[in-house]
Amino acid sequence: MLDADFFRRWMTATAASVDREADRLTALDSPIGDADHGSNLRRGFTAVNAALEKEAPETPGAVLVLAGRQLISTVGGASGPLYGTLLRRTGKALGDAAEVDEERLAEALRAGVDAVMQLGGAAPGDKTMIDALVPAVDALPDGFGAARAAAEQGAEATTPLQARKGRASYLGERSIGHQDPGATSAALLIAALADTGADAGGE
Amino acid sequence: MSDEKLVGIVLVSHSAEVASAVAELALGLVGGGPAVPVAAAGGTEGGGLGTSAELITAAAASVDRGAGVAVLADLGSAVLTVKALLAEGDELPDTARLVDAPFVEGAVAAVVTAATGADLDSVEAAAAEAYGYRKV
Repeated sequence: MLDADFFRRWMTATAASVDREADRLTALDSPIGDADHGSNLRRGFTAVNAALEKEAPETPGAVLVLAGRQLISTVGGASGPLYGTLLRRTGKALGDAAEVDEERLAEALRAGVDAVMQLGGAAPGDKTMIDALVPAVDALPDGFGAARAAAEQGAEATTPLQARKGRASYLGERSIGHQDPGATSAALLIAALADTGADAGGE
Repeated sequence: MSDEKLVGIVLVSHSAEVASAVAELALGLVGGGPAVPVAAAGGTEGGGLGTSAELITAAAASVDRGAGVAVLADLGSAVLTVKALLAEGDELPDTARLVDAPFVEGAVAAVVTAATGADLDSVEAAAAEAYGYRKV
């Protein structure tokens, strides 16, 4: 079973990963975006860390709702409301249970991903974070490791796609040949989940 | 009419200058009507290009006169942040809604219509109609 501490460590691990990879995310965002994805997400997850330390939410759902709220407030770019909605909706779907099992997390994460697709109007194949998140959620019943691999493959598979959403969509065919920064950061979020699960002795 | 509650307008842009200049333009075209509550929420809190949830919530609170708040946004994160704040439920006035309209033309239509004392539905309709104005 996964408790609030597990979810707090997932967020902390994501923050550390985003901090490590911020320059790479921004480099991916330079040719097809506005070159701020890494710095925006770093600012957002730094705020998530600070809020989690200050408020110490007691349930898995509350951890994710608080984290999502921080991202909406502090990121400043489209990834803020998108990741914020992902975490908030996932957290709300977890309800106020003190502990959740992996199956419940998978269901909640799917609700979160559905909410992101609704908010941004993006579908799989549009060269967005959805291209990493949907395969990850599909693979989650097979374990955190499977979800991580699926997210990373999904992110890499955005390279030959033409962007149909966001700033990159204005580039048309010139967006082809670049891995999507949002799908890349989404893969970091799922990888952090897998790392947290492995540290917990889950896999 | 002077004590009538007017619809408030919030203009959300990636740029502080764009938001405030569009507000100035729209208010300048009202003429001698009552003062429509209009607030600009442009750029990030640090003055950069982007969207600030805090600036949007503060702007919406500042123009709320009880007759509803129409929010217009320009692009990308401005639109998504307003939608996410509306989904939060408690961040914006209950009557706030995101109006689907072109930013400049929609803002002018919204502010001019609000100045007549029109209700929120009418303000929204006027702003949305701006999409139908073809220039060529």
